[in-house]
Parts: sequence; C-alpha cells; structure tokens
Amino acid sequence: MSTATQPDLFARVNANKERLDAHVREIVQWHFNPETGCPFWLNWSQEAGWDPRTAVNCYEDLEKFGNFSDDELRGGPVSRWIPKGLAQRPAYVFETGGSTGLPKSRVQMDDFRIDYENFSETLPDESFPKGSDWLMLGPSGPRRLRLAVEHLAQHRGGIAFSVDLDPRWVIKLIKRGQLQEAELYKQHCINQALTILRSHEVKCMFTTPKLLEALCEKINLEKAGIKGVFCGGTEMTPQFHRFAVEELLGPNVYFAPTYGNTLMGLATHRAPEPEDNWAIIYYPPCPRAMLEVVDFDDATKIVGYGETGRVRLTTLTKETFIPRFLERDECEREAPCDQYPWDGVRNVRPFSRFQKSVVEGVY
Amino acid sequence: MLHLPILRYGKPYRSVDVSTAVHYRTRQPFVEISQANVGLIRRDLLQQHEAAAILQGFTTRELIAMAGKASGYFLNDDLPQSPQEFVESVSATTGLPWVMVRRNMDKIAGVLASMETVLMGLTRLPDLDMLDTGRGEMDGRALSFFPRGDSMGVILPSNSPGVHSLWAPAIALKTPLFLKPGSSEPWTPYRIIQAYVKAGVPAEVFGYYPTSHAGGAEVLRGTGRGMLFGDVAAAKAWGGDPRIEIHGPGYSKIILADDGAASWEKYLDLMVDSVANNSGRSCVNCSSIWTTGDARELAQALAERLAKIKPTSEDDPHAAVAPLANPDVAKRISAMVDSELDGDAVDLCAKVRGSERVAVYEGCTYLLPSVIHVSSKEHSMANREFGYPHVSVVQVEPSDLPHCLGPTLVCTALTNDTKLHQRLLANPHIGRLNLGAISTMKISWDQPHEGNLFDHLYSRRAFQAVPELVG
Repeated sequence: MSTATQPDLFARVNANKERLDAHVREIVQWHFNPETGCPFWLNWSQEAGWDPRTAVNCYEDLEKFGNFSDDELRGGPVSRWIPKGLAQRPAYVFETGGSTGLPKSRVQMDDFRIDYENFSETLPDESFPKGSDWLMLGPSGPRRLRLAVEHLAQHRGGIAFSVDLDPRWVIKLIKRGQLQEAELYKQHCINQALTILRSHEVKCMFTTPKLLEALCEKINLEKAGIKGVFCGGTEMTPQFHRFAVEELLGPNVYFAPTYGNTLMGLATHRAPEPEDNWAIIYYPPCPRAMLEVVDFDDATKIVGYGETGRVRLTTLTKETFIPRFLERDECEREAPCDQYPWDGVRNVRPFSRFQKSVVEGVY
Repeated sequence: MLHLPILRYGKPYRSVDVSTAVHYRTRQPFVEISQANVGLIRRDLLQQHEAAAILQGFTTRELIAMAGKASGYFLNDDLPQSPQEFVESVSATTGLPWVMVRRNMDKIAGVLASMETVLMGLTRLPDLDMLDTGRGEMDGRALSFFPRGDSMGVILPSNSPGVHSLWAPAIALKTPLFLKPGSSEPWTPYRIIQAYVKAGVPAEVFGYYPTSHAGGAEVLRGTGRGMLFGDVAAAKAWGGDPRIEIHGPGYSKIILADDGAASWEKYLDLMVDSVANNSGRSCVNCSSIWTTGDARELAQALAERLAKIKPTSEDDPHAAVAPLANPDVAKRISAMVDSELDGDAVDLCAKVRGSERVAVYEGCTYLLPSVIHVSSKEHSMANREFGYPHVSVVQVEPSDLPHCLGPTLVCTALTNDTKLHQRLLANPHIGRLNLGAISTMKISWDQPHEGNLFDHLYSRRAFQAVPELVG
C-alpha cells in the first residue's frame, strides 16, 4: 500500500492541496457573491458580520465557519438553498434517510449527475459493462440515490430497473417491534427484484448490505448474469466485506462498496490489499467533497493517521456549500494513496457515543 | 492470545470481527472470540434441514451412548484445552472460583452420563425406541411424535456454566444446535460440542455463533425452536413467541409454614445452601424466604451464617463467593439494593459483618451476601433477584400463601400442612415444587426443568394405522 511518506506521493498530495484550495476559493466566491449565492449563505454572512470572500483563501480557512448544524437543513423553504446563479435551472429536492426525526433536505440541479458520472470512472468496465442494464434495489421516494443510480446506468449506456421501497416504513415497523412485518416487507422488496432479474437481462446492480444478503438467499447472482454489485447506503463491516466477496458473490462478481449520503455524494473504495484484512477504505470525491476525521471531544482537531475519530464532511459544489458538518459516523483516518492523493476514511461505522441509537432497517 | 472461532456446521471459521473477554483480575484481554455477522448466520441456517437429516440417521440409543462417552471426555480429556485449562479459563472470564467451575462441570457431565434417565424423565415413554420410529404404544394406546423444527437455537448466558446442562440433551433428541454463547462464558458450550464430536456425534450438527444481539435474534428467528437465557428485558422481548422457551430470572423461594416455621433452626443449613451455593448466580438459588413465623429472628440467624462468607483465592477448594468480572457491575448492583432499603427493609447481613457489601480482595471486586429483613410482602425488596448471595426474608400470614409468591422457578415448602401442599400443587406459577427439606439447588434430572425440553422439541400427533402396515 502506498503511503504519504513516498516522495512522489508527497508531490501529488501537495498538488492536490493546491487544487483544493483554488476550488475552495472559487466556491466561496460563488456562494457569497450577492449575484450568485443562495439566500441562506448571503443572510448568514450578513448576520455573521464578515465576508468569507475575503477571509477564506484555503481549505483550512473554512474552520472560520465553525461546525455546520444539520438543523439548518431541516424544513422549508428549501428555496433558501438555491444559488441565484442557478435560479433558472430545474431543481430537485432530495431528503436524507429520515432515520432520525425530520429529514434533512438538499436541493440539487446537476450535482447528483456529476457525482455519479465521476463515480462511473472508478467502475471497471469488465464488471460493469457499458451498455448493460441495471437493477436499483434500494430506497425509492425522495432519495437522491434512486435518481442517481438511474443516471449512472444511463450514463453508462444502460437502463435502470427499480423497485418500490420505503425505508421509513421499515424503521417504523422495527421501532414498534413488528419484526415479522419488517421481514415480510423486505421479502416484498426482494420479490420485486427477483421478478426483474428473471425477466430482464440485468448485469449490474446497486443494493444495500442487508438487501444483498436477502437477495443472495434466493438467487445466485453470478448465475443470474450479474457481473458487478455497487453496494452502499448503510454501514459495512470488514467481516461483511469478506462475507460478501467470499460467499454472497464469489470471485466472478465485482463488489464495489461505497460510503455516501445525500449531502456528500459518493466516496469510492480503494481496491483492497491483503494487508487491509478486509477493511473498507473510502476516499471522498475531492475537491467536490472532503472527509476528515476529527477528535471526538474537539472537532477542530484532526486525528493522526490510523487514529479513530468522528467523520467531518465538507461539501463544495456550486449547488451546495456545507462546511464542517459532523456526521453520525466514526472511523479511522486513512493516509492518501496513489489513486487518491488526499485523506480517506477506514471502516466507517455509526458514532458510538450517540445515546440515541439509529434504526437501520432493510435500507 | 487464545482465539475461539465460529463453528459453522462444525467447521471452524475465523471472523474478521472479533470481541475480547478480559481476565477478571488483571482486566487484560484473555481470549479473542470471532464474531459472526448476521448475514452469515442467516445463510448458514438455510442448510439446517441437512443437519437434522444427519441426526435422524442415528438411533436414540446410539446418541445416548455417545452422550455417555461425551460425559467422560468433557470431564477428563483435552478438547483441545485440558480440563484444568478449561477450569482456569472459565474462572478467568467469569470470576467463578475453580471449585465452583468444577462443580458445574460435574453437573453437566452428570446430565450427559445419565442421558437415558434424563430422556425417560422428559418423555415419560416406556421405550425410547419410539423416538426413532416416531410411533409406538403405551398401555395399549397408539402414540406418535414429530419434531417441531429442524433445529434449536439457544441464546446462552455468562453467569454460570451449569445452565448448559439444559440444552445438552437436545442432541440425543436428534435436534441440531445453533448456539450463541455468552460474551464472557464462551468456553462451556464450545467444550460440550468438542466432547460430543469426540464421542462420535457428527460436527455438522453444531453451530457455534458468538455474535451481537442482532445476531442472537437471527439465531432465534431462523431456527424452528429456541431457548433464551436472559434478563427481564430479554425475556419480555421474546415472551410472546411460542417457539422460544424463556429462561429469565428464577425468583426461587423457600416457604416455612406452621411446624416448618416453628422449627426453622433445623433448616438453616438448607437455607444457606439454597441462597449461597454457586455464589448465588443460579436461577435456582433461593432469593426470598417466606415464613409464617418470626421473620426477623430467622433473618438474623441467616445473616450471622452468611456473614461468615469471605472472599478467598480462586483456587481455594472452599471458596464460597465469586468476584464479579466487571467491578462497575458490582457497584451498580449494590447501589440498586441500597436505593431500595429503608426502615421496612434492612440488610442484617451487612450489620453483622460490619462492612460494606462491595468488597475488594486481591484486586477483585465481590458482592458479599445480603440478608434483607422485609417487614411487608408488598415492599419492593420482598421478591427480588440479583445474581449474588442475596435473600429477602418476609413474614406472611398463612392465608397469603402461595398467591403472594408470584412466578417461582423452584419452591421448597417446609411444612407438613397438607392443605398448603394442595394449594402449592395447584399453583400455576411454580415451576418446580419441593415438598420437604430439599435445597432449591438440588435438581433431579429425570424431571423437566423450567419447561420440558422434549415437549418443546416434539409434538404429539393423532395416529391410526391398519395392522398390516405397522406390524
């Protein structure tokens, strides 16, 4: 595995840092310009009494914003998030999973397309053949994932088949203790997927870890013609990673674990090395989003490589600016590598210090 | 560090996810235990019918003979741990002194060795061959049985190894086992499996899945029949599922009435044994004594006896109390007890001892016995169970018995009052009734204990056949 101690990698890390700083300046100029920025940030700047356009010159300067509160993303009007510079573009509103209370919203025009077109570049063509059709076995409704996977399929020249799946209903069932009902709902989703797989020539799919397990109880995906599985949506442990590769899919079906959400987009996994012992290592889509690992008690302090901390997200696109958002996850900080000369995250999992447990259902 | 793998149909599997159990004295990791992910358990359970078919290929007599051999192996052989290594391992992660671990080993070995007696007691069949043919006759009447599921999933506790004797007969009843061991007592189920396999039982009929709560739920959900050892909350969560036999707190009791209450002194040894044997960790330990006589006098005498129990070293053959593997748990339990003491509930044992309930000895934390004199049967401390030598002594009117007792796993009744005997016999809340001077700890294995394993695993069907078909 490459590490940041190698001279050539050092140079690439530095070059990337310069690219990131330039991107930060561009994005901050856009969001805080009265001609192009969104009402939320323009008002924020006025109330804060400082102009980020002059105060922010590099990525580290984003520290001046403090931590972003996710409550700002809850409720309406969502138009407060639409940059004036993009006001004429058709807008979509996507919501987070809704696992905890009022969902957070993100307004987008093209970000989901751009993110997934970039992600497409990381998928091996032999396992996700161009022109192939996809199965989207994941959440439907107001989630970005549904449209994003459809766009991914279209971008690669295929068509995406999808299912009806309401994860919020599953969460309600689990909270009520109606586990049998939740299981039946999961089977309802799996049956929809089986119908698609048996009646269409599908070679690629997206699904969540639990749905992948449930689907593989019913069908051998390799025999069904699946060549690549893009998996995400909920926590994946190293043991699940191994189990998926060794037992659910086998050596001939490519497994692409991802870490993502509506606010960030998609962090892609680095190809596993034997010494990783099935750890799942993700790198964010720099410079459009950055992930950092910060001290549990002091979110301004980045932990050392290999150390554990809380995930902190910064989103930097023309459609969305979210600096320093503390995620509900923890992980180990991973060093830059050849493929991704910026920080990554290892073994992301739910934040252990949260008192209120997050219910993750079939999704 | 030692490592315990998952056993998937007998095959060892080393997981990427591991948990560690610490040594109770050093607090240093002592054993690493592979953890099964939920999907792996689900996937394995899809094949459980194959394991059931393997056991159906044996006769009950063959399986009983194997259990007999397993008894000896469990007690004496390297599996691969030597018996002494096993004793020290159980002690290391649970705190049980060696003598108590050995006592529990004897108990398990006893059940395995007397499997025929156990099965006769559970089934009440005149001929165990009926379990092979699925039919037979008793007193001229046709009988037929069928298994209610392909396997049994068991969620195991960490408190004391003796409980493993309850599921061990399932193999002789041709039922494959999927076990989730307790997080700090993974040793005993592993050793029982190894003993059975060495005795000739195919390894493919055993699943051993150290896992999370979610994984445990999957074990129960995915197996035809289940058995759960757990606290009140766990018992409540699965209480509505008829497939699951619940083993929660025992609330075992001794009652003394009339002549028994008048001559309580002669039962003092029995009471001490019932309360303090196995360091009070068993569901069959007596947690409350109900007397129609002078409760205060009885409680004082009991307190003076139990106050003599002191911490000793783990290898002391006379060790009578076990440290808690987690010192914080000891402090929390003691604080819980204290929070409910008042003028109507007094810890006489602490007064006699003159020291706190929580004691530290050679760096280990103990809960020393408590004898709570409770002046009212309505008091919250009258009927509690805490997993250490703790007993409440309550004075009641003869007419209060037995309805004041509530759910009671074992009830020892010390009285010659035959009318009270009748009321006790009719009481649906008593799981095991001992009439006379029998310790609550004494278990007769030809009797069902906290549910009948045979009735749990098998169901009876109506059966008729023309003679030429059945001979």
